[in-house]
Amino acid sequence: MLRFIFSRLLYLVPTFLGITIVAFAFPRLLKGDPVLLMAGERGVTPERHAEISAQLGFDKNIVLQYFDFVGRLFQGDFGNSLVTKKPVLSEFLTLFPATIELGFVAIVIAALVGVPIGVLAAIKRGSWFDQLSMSAALVGFSMPIFWWGLLLIIVFSGNLGWTPVSGRISLMYYFPNVTGFMLIDSLLSGQKGAFLSAVHHLILPSVVLATIPLAVIARQTRSAMLEVLGEDYVRTARAKGMPARRVIGVHALRNAMIPVVTTIGLQIGVLLAGAILTETIFSWPGIGKWMIDSISRRDYPSVQSGLLLVAGIVMLVNLLVDLTYGLINPRIRNK
Amino acid sequence: MKLLSRSLLAASALALSAAAPAMAKTFIYCSEASPEGFDPAPYTAGTTFDAGAHPIYNRLAEFKKGTTEAEPGLAESWDISEDGTEYTFHLRKGVKFHSNDKFTPTRDFNADDVVFSFERQGSADHPWHQYIPGVTYEYYTSMDMPKLVKSVEKVDDYTVKVTLNSPEAPFIANLAMPFMSIVSKEYADTLDAAGTREDFNNAPIGTGPFKFVAYQKDAVIRYQKNADYWGDAPLIDDLVFAITPDAAVRLQKLKAGECHLMPFPAPADLAGISADPNLKMDEQAGLNVGYLAYNTTLAPFDNPKVRKALNMAINKEAIVANVFEGHAEPAKNPIPPTMWSYNEAIQDDPYDPEASKKLLEEAGVAGLSMQIWAMPVQRPYMPNARRTAEMMQADLAKVGVKAEIVSYEWGEYLDKSMEPGRPGAVILGWTGDNGDPDNFLSVLLSCASAGPGGANRAFWCNEEFSALLAKAKVSSDPAERTKLYEEAQVIFKDQAPWFTIAHSTQYVPMSNKVSGFVQSPLGDYVFDTVDIAE
Repeated sequence: MLRFIFSRLLYLVPTFLGITIVAFAFPRLLKGDPVLLMAGERGVTPERHAEISAQLGFDKNIVLQYFDFVGRLFQGDFGNSLVTKKPVLSEFLTLFPATIELGFVAIVIAALVGVPIGVLAAIKRGSWFDQLSMSAALVGFSMPIFWWGLLLIIVFSGNLGWTPVSGRISLMYYFPNVTGFMLIDSLLSGQKGAFLSAVHHLILPSVVLATIPLAVIARQTRSAMLEVLGEDYVRTARAKGMPARRVIGVHALRNAMIPVVTTIGLQIGVLLAGAILTETIFSWPGIGKWMIDSISRRDYPSVQSGLLLVAGIVMLVNLLVDLTYGLINPRIRNK
Repeated sequence: MKLLSRSLLAASALALSAAAPAMAKTFIYCSEASPEGFDPAPYTAGTTFDAGAHPIYNRLAEFKKGTTEAEPGLAESWDISEDGTEYTFHLRKGVKFHSNDKFTPTRDFNADDVVFSFERQGSADHPWHQYIPGVTYEYYTSMDMPKLVKSVEKVDDYTVKVTLNSPEAPFIANLAMPFMSIVSKEYADTLDAAGTREDFNNAPIGTGPFKFVAYQKDAVIRYQKNADYWGDAPLIDDLVFAITPDAAVRLQKLKAGECHLMPFPAPADLAGISADPNLKMDEQAGLNVGYLAYNTTLAPFDNPKVRKALNMAINKEAIVANVFEGHAEPAKNPIPPTMWSYNEAIQDDPYDPEASKKLLEEAGVAGLSMQIWAMPVQRPYMPNARRTAEMMQADLAKVGVKAEIVSYEWGEYLDKSMEPGRPGAVILGWTGDNGDPDNFLSVLLSCASAGPGGANRAFWCNEEFSALLAKAKVSSDPAERTKLYEEAQVIFKDQAPWFTIAHSTQYVPMSNKVSGFVQSPLGDYVFDTVDIAE
């Protein structure tokens, strides 16, 4: 097992180096010059342009700039944002909990709602429920998130007044940031009503963010269940006279869950993409919106280090998943 | 018995004072973006100034509410030498800087703070010039302050003398701009000793109407009324910025009562806002201009007759009606009508395709094809450049001119549009920095700005026009300056280096409960005079 872990860790080295190259190259391949964008309509003299570029280190050879970037990474220095002039790492760490919180709640909603719908649709294949839920899933899957978010705001916050329009908590609550997770911090603050307000603010954005993963999970569950329900062992179980609930709950669902769990895992990427739009609509202070702002301003240090941090986290999560598979299935770790 | 009633009284007084914060007036502003930081000097965005320079700081001179006229601020008065190069500022006494948990000022604002505020930006070897790695002072540089300011000297604790290299009439207006906010030298020294220089930007200390309390990145900024403010103290107790980047969501928040006032409504929402009984809207002509700049160095656009002909071919009213949805004023001059010295008497080139054709014929131009550059972004002076370009294209086709529309990424667009020999005409615009006509005319149309690093995208260099500007710049007589700028506008219209498009209107929707908000022609959002009825 140790050897397996070691080999997995070894794989990370080239992957990580590859990511540093992509993260470094991506913002520079986009057209647009951060110095010109800073100057705007007014323009900047060639001398001043050269001066600022030199100050930011952009005048150096591109290869040197890359090695400089990687060299600093090993010292834990992720650079400073060109826009705010603040360390990128501290900005990232400030914003990341908000994205995690939203993403976590969204994926929980997607799984808790999506799996039962998929199972029911499979069992009642061809029924009105199956047809309705699968059409709804198709609509959900193709939903333009921005429009959907705005629609929910107008209906539930504007017309009905059930939910707040945007933000993470009512502005009347004010307490220090301890963990960055509003649900936890509001409890820690001990202020009456703060936790409920945080939950209240989470409802619409997490529903919006959950929409696409929910649709994918429901469809995947349905097809996996249908496949399993046609297997010999299910037929055998039924033939033995086992109650239907047990056949479905134990024999079918467990086996069907394997691809579904993989699908849920794959939704992490979809969530991060969806977070960009969801965070913008709901004024949610997370990394999705931050990355977009950084890209549009060609804030090279923020974009490259932000990409690297996100990729690094995804890599670590994958590593953990790999290791868990190894624990469960000896065939994988001995391969 | 007496004792008891006294303690009861004390208890109820205590309860009252404890209840008071709950009744505090909190004003919530749905701002459109996050500030880059709170120190006004290193940044250039209006959003950043709304969050930093305006609530937290003051300047030597301030723009009078709702105007672009500079009036005394932290300087009570100033004397200008005969030759216009020496400014002696007499500073206000008894002005207190804010305090926070790390800093309590031991002295009032004085000349040291003024000298510090200039020098940290102007001199590269100043210990606070690079207090955060990578910081630059773009506004100070772009307003030509390094070339302009020769020296800043403390005469005594309450007198500062600034010597200029040459006379400059807009100098006082420059000092009223956010980048010239006065910061505390004592705070800088304290942070130096503590080794936490970045707090200068993160936990700002100023003399302004509001004290900074906290900033949760990309979410909320909190301020508190400065009870020791030297001017009229704010009427609200707490000021909160709820950062809300999407315009439609801002409006929903305003309607739901989650904020009191919002900037930049979407043009499509304006009618709905006017119809809402709980909301009201303030409107004002913006201090901006949108234009189409010909390349006046390239044939046939080097011929004023051709430029005039093209101007007469384009239907300006239709562009204002369709692209701006009527929320703009058609432009005839390069400066907006809210600016002093705007020449009312000038007649715009009429929309007259027949006359245009005739003029083109006279100029010997037939079968002309040209490029129109459409910027890829939306700006306050231009909601949709692509659509504007398409309308121009259709109009030009009617007089036999074939126009091709081109566009580039924004940074590239700004750069390429300043390349000499650029083919075609460019759609762009400008929003004023300080309300001085020089800030439009010299920056956008003088000979000096027609070269690299300038912003004269018509590459138009008219000696007579530039001479008038130069003369106006060194004159300290407002009446004389007005006359000179009015003359300059006559030359501009006659020579037609631009097709002037429009001056867009600024709208500020707010709750009916809000009173006392004064729109700034410079587009600043300032809340020291607002009040809310509960």
